[in-house]
Amino acid sequence: MAFDSLSAFLTMEGHGSYVWVCYCVFVLLLTALALWSRSRRHAVLREQRRLLELEESGTREQAPAAATFSRIHPS
Amino acid sequence: MWTLFHKFGSPKWFFGIAGRLMPWLLALGLGLLVAGLVWGLAFAPKDYLQGNSYRIIFIHVPSAFLAQSVYLMMAVAAVVTLVWRMKLADLFVQAVAPVGAVLTFLALFTGAVWGKPTWGTWWIWDARLTSMLILLFLYFGAIVLGSAISDEKASARAVAVLILVGVVNIPIIKYSVEWWNTLHQPATFKLTEKPSMPPEMWVPLLLSVLGLYLWFGWLACYRMQTEILRRERRTRWVRELVRAEGH
Repeated sequence: MAFDSLSAFLTMEGHGSYVWVCYCVFVLLLTALALWSRSRRHAVLREQRRLLELEESGTREQAPAAATFSRIHPS
Repeated sequence: MWTLFHKFGSPKWFFGIAGRLMPWLLALGLGLLVAGLVWGLAFAPKDYLQGNSYRIIFIHVPSAFLAQSVYLMMAVAAVVTLVWRMKLADLFVQAVAPVGAVLTFLALFTGAVWGKPTWGTWWIWDARLTSMLILLFLYFGAIVLGSAISDEKASARAVAVLILVGVVNIPIIKYSVEWWNTLHQPATFKLTEKPSMPPEMWVPLLLSVLGLYLWFGWLACYRMQTEILRRERRTRWVRELVRAEGH
């Protein structure tokens, strides 16, 4: 250990705040990246599942009738 | 040869390989990173000139190192995109660009906080700092351009060209501390020379660089898998996978 006590470790002879801020931001941002990537994965999976279900229910039921054309008689 | 090339380019093949690699990358990466950081923070000796503020090096150097090598990897992928139109190459670029931007921001941020007690200022427009800021903007450019063009192939090509134009910035970053008189200290590690630090300092630094590399490998695999799931929606194997995940 390079420090004699816990308080010496925290203050680091006046440089503590600089060092600790850097380490905290580093850990925070890496964690945020991982969590953001995870929520994106879940969102993509959810969306794909929804589309898949939509397609499957579409094929099972009768496809909607094609557009019909009716002759109009302009007077 | 061509079958091998196609195999390596196939998203399905990559998805499986990535899944097998990821646990190892994550465990090893986090292990090395934590070991390096704890060692550097609590056990490495104090620097005789800079005191304890130098401990920021154990996160500053890995972030800056990765920020540049991620850009170089993206440049290689950009060439592959332009020449061979390989799907995986563009997937890689899209998946890692935000990660590279965060790493560049971290390098700039930790550098600024380190600069205050060491140089007496948060920021100066010196060559190393300015070229790193340009790297951050290049990452932003790649992200914004990629999401602005909705056609996948057109977007891949546009982003690839932007990345290749920006690659000129990388040697500028690397040699800025030698070409110009800057406040920034010269490189800590050189391939051709022994490090100027004692092993109690450079071993933890090396551990954290390696750890961050492996962690990046894990995150890149994970994000590429997500992109594959999004883009290959119409293939049968992705449909089966999505169906299996739902139950």
